[in-house]
Amino acid sequence: MRALRDFIADGQALSRHRPWPRAVVGRDVWERAIVLLQEERATLLALWGERDAVHLALADDTPPLILSFACEGGRYPSVGQRHAPAIRLERALHDLTGIVPEGLADMRPWLDHGRWPVRHPLGERQRGRALPPYAFLANEGESLHQIPVGPVHAGIIEPGHFRFTASGETVVRLEQRLGYTHKGVEALMAGRSLGGAARLAGRVSGDSTVSYAYAFARAVEAALDIEVPPRAVWLRALMAELERLANHFGDIGAICNDAAFALLHAQCGLLREHVLRAADACFGHRLMMDRVVPGGVAADLAPEGGQAIGGLLTHVRRHFPELIELYDNTASLQDRTAGTGVLCAELARRFGAGGYVGRASGRGVDARRRPGYPPYDRLAFDVPVRNEGDVDARVWIRIREVEQSVALVEQLLHGLPAGPIRGAAPAAAGEVREGAALVEGFRGDVFAWVRVAADGRVERCHLRDPSWFQWPLLEAAIEGNIVADFPLCNKSFNCSYSGHDL
Amino acid sequence: MRRLLFKNLLRKPLTEPAPQADAGARAQLAGAADLAQRPPLGRTIAIREIDAGSCNGCELEIHALGNVLYDLERFGIRFVASPRHADVLLVTGPVSANMREGLARTYDATPHPKWVVAVGECARNGGAFAGGYACLGGVAAVLPVDLHIDGCPPSPTALLEGLLALLERVENGAATAAAQELAPNG
Ligand code: SF4
Repeated sequence: MRALRDFIADGQALSRHRPWPRAVVGRDVWERAIVLLQEERATLLALWGERDAVHLALADDTPPLILSFACEGGRYPSVGQRHAPAIRLERALHDLTGIVPEGLADMRPWLDHGRWPVRHPLGERQRGRALPPYAFLANEGESLHQIPVGPVHAGIIEPGHFRFTASGETVVRLEQRLGYTHKGVEALMAGRSLGGAARLAGRVSGDSTVSYAYAFARAVEAALDIEVPPRAVWLRALMAELERLANHFGDIGAICNDAAFALLHAQCGLLREHVLRAADACFGHRLMMDRVVPGGVAADLAPEGGQAIGGLLTHVRRHFPELIELYDNTASLQDRTAGTGVLCAELARRFGAGGYVGRASGRGVDARRRPGYPPYDRLAFDVPVRNEGDVDARVWIRIREVEQSVALVEQLLHGLPAGPIRGAAPAAAGEVREGAALVEGFRGDVFAWVRVAADGRVERCHLRDPSWFQWPLLEAAIEGNIVADFPLCNKSFNCSYSGHDL
Repeated sequence: MRRLLFKNLLRKPLTEPAPQADAGARAQLAGAADLAQRPPLGRTIAIREIDAGSCNGCELEIHALGNVLYDLERFGIRFVASPRHADVLLVTGPVSANMREGLARTYDATPHPKWVVAVGECARNGGAFAGGYACLGGVAAVLPVDLHIDGCPPSPTALLEGLLALLERVENGAATAAAQELAPNG
């Protein structure tokens, strides 16, 4: 990416984009970027569009970089055709803007199910129209049968459709169809005040509400050069770690439940409830919605908050180890999780899979470390990595991350600086500004990009959920497993539907 | 494992006392249309949950109802996998256009008598997602709603209070409602 960066230094970089450069590039640089992705010398962070341009965010071990391609004639050279992780992004981009990825073989609509009153809501709007039935990929072979599942599932979970092709009990192919929860968030963002937009960002995926609000706030603050008071910086991290704890407890329990081990489900459910109650006592909302806002945080730690967290930490330290031991020593449970739903390291790397999905398959990337953001530069924590890539490894990554988050919460509480929790209200800059941010949620890195208009309102905002790069890997991981193990594999990935469908 | 089970056997249950049925929910249900046509269901209700485009926040709190502290099943309320087995549809989300058909078909697959409960700000009026091209702006745009439980998301306690009011209502059905109407002063 260095070569790319040097090339951009030639004067195409836009000065009002923070903290990483964005540059409008021609076809040759765009193509070079695709080659970098293809050769895995850079990771795809995000790909999104607007009326007449597409933007590509890339990362390697240097800070991220954003390339923009002006689409004359509404086309651009497809990234997905040569780098599979971009395929769904490009299909979604086409649905939303009408811009065509030149050369992309799979042009089936992705988010657009033919139910909207408009087509291309973020581009040249047209009247909506019905679509022919979705063309699932063909499967040929003797004695194959199909099992369609969803969008309404059996449990209390989000909607999506899974089309299994099975040979006997063995899954030959899983094809996902998503988009059912598409709410048009990006169109709703346009024209909102920063406060209103932050509220919306916190509702893209409810389980990651802190992380989304955090990423959005950081992008806005980068764009507008806003200084966040130290206490707010630390409180945000405290909320983010509580969110991680709550979700990991919930996930560990739910995975065990899908392996028919209800005892751990009950115990982990209790731990999760403890975290949510502590969050409520500290910040006045169980999920901590609307607590992170551009410029700081909306709620200071309540006077009894420190005690609530202290109680939580004691409880977790006392009870979690025996649950880990139980998980580790129950052969019937291990029998279900070990060796099930293996995701190979190569695919995890190519897709730039974040969170426990990547880390269970050898990819030890964590946005808190790289590109990194305060206060994590002043905190001690490890990023656990395993190489087995199976359900068991994804459980273990969560277990280790719980331990890390417990230690982080303690450090955050001890080191919490005094002072205000919110700076002056973000003022309109009088010019168009842009900012980007990457924040590590429990599921992986959440990417936020925002363009703030001269009047201080959001002009365009793009939020990319880590699930975009995890969902396709679930299709790969389930291959060759039995149908009955799908819930287990699915839960161990726990991808977001709402965050993905946006 | 035995050690853990044994320890749990010896200590007192963690389940917390039941909250009161919510008065507001009672009032909403008393006003439900076609009450007379829906015979009482008895002591239990089976719920089919439908996410009609929620952010997943409401699901998290609905899930929490099953943990040992709230223990929803002690009231005879349980979640079922199929709408064919359901008395109540618990619907979340602003109803995305892409889920409209799924929601309507699930409703049609649910046998009579049935009740619809809309959970969360989104399900009431679209919440933060109202006004866009992709959402219908609440459950009432597609189905007749008997009860709204508000909150973003509603806490498990709020959900429980609403569901207990519903349980009261479906248990006694139109008979009580009629009796109440006959004796307005007491
Ligand atoms: S009401 Fe709130 S928590 Fe529930 S789905 Fe809507 S935004 Fe999410």
